[in-house]
Amino acid sequence: MSLESDIPSWVQALAGGGLIGLSAALLMGLEGRILGISGFVRSVLEADPKLKGPSTAFLLGLVLVGILAQFYFVDTLTNTQPRSYMITILAGLLVGYGTAMGNGCTSGHGVCGLSRFSYRSLIATLSFMAAGMLTVTLHRVLMGGM
Amino acid sequence: MKQQITHFIIGILFGIGLLLSGMTQPGKVIGFLDIFGNWVPDLAFVMIGAILINSIAHKFLMRRGRPLFGTGFNLPSKKDLDRPLIQGSILFGIGWGLAGFCPGPAIVSIGGLQTPAILFGIGLVIGASVFIVKKNQVK
Repeated sequence: MSLESDIPSWVQALAGGGLIGLSAALLMGLEGRILGISGFVRSVLEADPKLKGPSTAFLLGLVLVGILAQFYFVDTLTNTQPRSYMITILAGLLVGYGTAMGNGCTSGHGVCGLSRFSYRSLIATLSFMAAGMLTVTLHRVLMGGM
Repeated sequence: MKQQITHFIIGILFGIGLLLSGMTQPGKVIGFLDIFGNWVPDLAFVMIGAILINSIAHKFLMRRGRPLFGTGFNLPSKKDLDRPLIQGSILFGIGWGLAGFCPGPAIVSIGGLQTPAILFGIGLVIGASVFIVKKNQVK
């Protein structure tokens, strides 16, 4: 089964974005907490006495969706741009270190921060977007494509 | 326990949002970041959808004063820019562009047993741990 139906991909993207925004709104409205995945990972790694449990529960929710996706919507996990193992691990190291240092990732800064018009999050989002765009461009040029 | 259940359910909802949005497909993420090449604009709509809903909700919630299950909203108090914010975000962006994964979608794909996501996740945990250990040493 596939999610790629007659619905245009930008409409799916908009709907998915809406669900992401709704999730962030629910977590703030129910628990008073910012939805930030790198922050949740950090709470687990730091074994924060108050936040470790709820953060683990949230991340397990994501894992469960992935397990089900593999069975029912495997297309949603397609990777048309696989990188070498070394590059993939390096990317993880940079994302892990960088999001811990910058206190947030796409969800915490990009979605939650911009939604509450945080200047810090705006600068963070512009920084990682620009760095991402530059990296993809350099990678394409260096790998010989144009 | 209630707090755990709430987080778990919202995690599922967020994960479904990531699947539907295309964020769990690194090719789409890289395509979105490839503005000078074969640009795939879809993920701009993810941001638009998410910020539209969340900013309206945020305004409404702040007027309400407190969350349903808690005593107050836990919002960052820092307002000024600093080097770690910008440096960290740039390092994150480089990693994001290299493999097309940010933390949330990577964790979903780890559940789906995707090898690149698992390798990325190992790096993610090591990278974050190195920062935490370094920071604790400075203290």
